[in-house]
Amino acid sequence: MIALVALVAGVVAGLLLHPTVPGWLEPYLPIAVVAALDAVFGAARAWLVKIFDAKVFVVSFVSNVLVAALIVYLGDKLGVGGQLSTAVVVVLGIRIFGNAAAIRRHIFRA
Amino acid sequence: MTDRPAHDEQNHKMQEEHDREAHDHDEHGGDESPTAEDLGPDQVSGDAPVASRWRGHAKLAGALIAVLVALLGFAIAVQVHSNSTSDSLSNARDDDLIRILDDQNSRAERLREQVAALQTTADQLQASGDRDGVAQQQAEQQAQDLAILLGTVPATGPGVRITITDPKHGLKAEDLLDVVEELRGAGAEAIQFGSVRIGTDSYFQDSSTSVVSVDGQPLSAPYEVLAIGDAQTLQTALEIPGGVAATARAAGGDAEVEQAATVDITATRTVANPRYAKPTGR
Repeated sequence: MIALVALVAGVVAGLLLHPTVPGWLEPYLPIAVVAALDAVFGAARAWLVKIFDAKVFVVSFVSNVLVAALIVYLGDKLGVGGQLSTAVVVVLGIRIFGNAAAIRRHIFRA
Repeated sequence: MTDRPAHDEQNHKMQEEHDREAHDHDEHGGDESPTAEDLGPDQVSGDAPVASRWRGHAKLAGALIAVLVALLGFAIAVQVHSNSTSDSLSNARDDDLIRILDDQNSRAERLREQVAALQTTADQLQASGDRDGVAQQQAEQQAQDLAILLGTVPATGPGVRITITDPKHGLKAEDLLDVVEELRGAGAEAIQFGSVRIGTDSYFQDSSTSVVSVDGQPLSAPYEVLAIGDAQTLQTALEIPGGVAATARAAGGDAEVEQAATVDITATRTVANPRYAKPTGR
């Protein structure tokens, strides 16, 4: 519940403040967001099956974001930034779908 | 957060169930997935000090989660906002930018070619318009010239004013025609005989009611003839020996030629459309 409130608060803050994304962050922010979403979906699933652990969530959240950013950074340095970003998004997307499917099964039993 | 062993047992049961119904066991690894392998040794073994330390910091953990999730929401909002408002180029990668630049360059090239082609067309149209204008001016000039020569418009210019008296009525139609012939031969451009403008189809006819008729219009002496042309030449032509003046005098009359700087010929004639002759190109 607190997470939901915090999410809404974050969105509202982002909408109200209209900050501009600094240039060096621009390639990483979308990937970081997707990675964080992956972590949040995993957390939501764990919470539903009542095995949520704050430490795992915090660590996975931070590490997901960092690893995703690192992969994109490496890809940019290697000249395959676009493809690697796509790869990261695809993998994270699959995981998000998997978690969403588990959540769906848990909630709707279907 | 709850009792660890019970939690783990439930966890395992649940995991088996999950394995049975879904084979995406690997996919929910990593983050919060409930597999024993993924939970890591410290959690599976229920390492008491660590667990208690985390449970002790439940409030801190909650705050941390809230901060992280808020950060996520913030990032989502910012990203969506920057993606939808700022121009998309600032987010584009170098490869994409190069491709876009190439596209723009080739597009600009195409447009430049189009501009050049249209410019050429415009120039051509301009030139042809100018030509049309000149042609129209020439045609108008020609129409004016022809109108003067045909006698359909009034004319003015230097010339001579001739007064032919014929008290004895000794001048016949052919004598008067000689006047016109003589004037034409001397280069008269417009001739008015009495009140009649002389044209290409003018004729003189002896008449019973009057002395003579020009183009069907009866005239009688004294005849006043106006002619536009080189005044000196016209006068000379009329007064040559055996010419018009001599003829008039021989008939008992006289022909008085007076040069004038401005002769106004006001009489006009109408020209019938040709019924048989058709123009053939140029």
